[in-house]
Amino acid sequence: MNLARKKIAKYIVKRILVFLPVLIGVSLISFSLLHMVPGDPAELLAGEDANSEFIKALRQEYGLDRPLYIQYFQFIFHVVRGDFGISIRNREPVINLLRERFLFTLQLSFLSILIAAFIGLLAGVISSTRQYSLFDNLSMVGALFGISMPIFWFGLLLMLVFSVHLKWFPAGGKGTLWHLILPAIALGAASSAVIARMTRASMLEVIRQDFIRTARANGLREAIVIYKHALKNAMIPVITVFGLEFGYMLGGAVLTETVFSLSGVGRLMVEGIFQRDYPIVQGSMFLVATTFVVVNLLTDIAYALFDPKIRYE
Amino acid sequence: MNNRGQKTSQVREVWRRLKRNRAALAGGVIVLLFVATAVLAPWLSPCPPNEGDLTKRLQAPSREHLLGTDPLGRDLLSRVIYGARISLQIQIVAVVIAMVIGTFLGMVGGYYGGTLDHILMRFMDILLAFPGIFLAISIIAVLGPGLTNLMLAAGIYSIPQFARIVRGSILSLKEKEFVEAARAVGERDFDILFRYLLPNSMAPIIVQTTLRMATVLLTASGLSFLGLGVQPPTPEWGAMLSNARAYLITAPHVATVPGLAIMLVVMGFNLFGDGLRDSLDPRLRD
Repeated sequence: MNLARKKIAKYIVKRILVFLPVLIGVSLISFSLLHMVPGDPAELLAGEDANSEFIKALRQEYGLDRPLYIQYFQFIFHVVRGDFGISIRNREPVINLLRERFLFTLQLSFLSILIAAFIGLLAGVISSTRQYSLFDNLSMVGALFGISMPIFWFGLLLMLVFSVHLKWFPAGGKGTLWHLILPAIALGAASSAVIARMTRASMLEVIRQDFIRTARANGLREAIVIYKHALKNAMIPVITVFGLEFGYMLGGAVLTETVFSLSGVGRLMVEGIFQRDYPIVQGSMFLVATTFVVVNLLTDIAYALFDPKIRYE
Repeated sequence: MNNRGQKTSQVREVWRRLKRNRAALAGGVIVLLFVATAVLAPWLSPCPPNEGDLTKRLQAPSREHLLGTDPLGRDLLSRVIYGARISLQIQIVAVVIAMVIGTFLGMVGGYYGGTLDHILMRFMDILLAFPGIFLAISIIAVLGPGLTNLMLAAGIYSIPQFARIVRGSILSLKEKEFVEAARAVGERDFDILFRYLLPNSMAPIIVQTTLRMATVLLTASGLSFLGLGVQPPTPEWGAMLSNARAYLITAPHVATVPGLAIMLVVMGFNLFGDGLRDSLDPRLRD
């Protein structure tokens, strides 16, 4: 038992050692953004109408006249304290703008992954237990549509049918769970397709193994065999997909937010690009990428806890 | 001669397996139709794509305009046909950028291993840390919107996938006897990489290229939908959808048609790519 724990701990430490350089890389790329855009960073930060006095003051305030590596450490020092600078357009701390928007995108992504997991797991399990049945064929065709449909188009279609014609859901805005349902379905459609395919493939592999045959031979009820024994084992590879899909939702949310006119972090970043508000773009990039990296790390840890192979490797 | 004969029989075997896969064939037909539409756009489209008649705005499908007209009175069918041309151009340029750079990085990392491989793969991890379309948006943030930058962004966005797949393939191939034999007779690293390892890694590269055509189309049209890609009046499907949003209630067909085109083409490449994977190397199946 002790040995198994040590192996899990070793695996987790290994993952953290991979996680740290990636996090440093993400911070480097986010920091470099301002320096990669053609033009003087101080002038970019000051905005189009700024006078030379203001630009000079800004250069000193942000330390833009210092060597790049010092600027990078300053950036990290500020970011760790939650300071992403001041928005060029709003003259407001970026973190104030990011906080609410980011929490909203997290909520939307979380609801989407719940919907995707529910639909994907259910469809995947039923398909695998009735391979080549009508349900299996229909759900796999559905999955093909799910991965092929552009999120923004599916969002518009949902809006057209359920908001405009049926009037079941609001067409935009936020505040209640009801406002989030359609955007979450649009965002989760592709992921539910991926999870359904993955669950089906994984279940098909597991239900052909000896321990399932033994469980059936022992007279266990089919539902217990499938949902307790088979699904538990089939879930191991599916867990990795959850982490990845959650990340893609953080990225894809920008499209859903645009379709449903929701103010999330993706939309904030795109607005930042249009307005050349670089601190906003930097902050959004850093926050979303860091969240994705952390989610992946947590997924890896969950994987280690669930997968017996890691314990006995 | 012998080698050529072997290759011909391999191609025949792949074709035989592909023919039996109806879904893959359907995908192939969609892809062929899409490419033909893109190439023959000037002959197929009934009207010039950017010329409109403001007196005929947002018309429903009719004999004169089979798919109706857009908010500027332009023929929707012609714009969708020309949109195929823009999409194919974006897909080809982006996927070639990703394939060339990604394959090279994957080959070098996988073959030489050690610190170089470690650095390259960590760099790929960093790129993959920007989830989905977010990486492409971040690149556009630096380069600025536009068709050329969109192709670059979509290309860079796909590099890690090629690099990882090729690296994996090289890692398993480099220990094989034929590579050791080549080394033993004094072949240079360059020759081993390009004459022995690369040709044997083509199956996963071809599959990835086909599947990436689908992803790149989704990404590029998504960026154009956000206003970060192709700019009006160029008839790009994502941009057309974005313009149609304001007319969702009065003229829903304007938004339906370009979305349907994207979905069909993405589906075609996905089906064909999956079929190719199964035919080229059944072991590559998930």
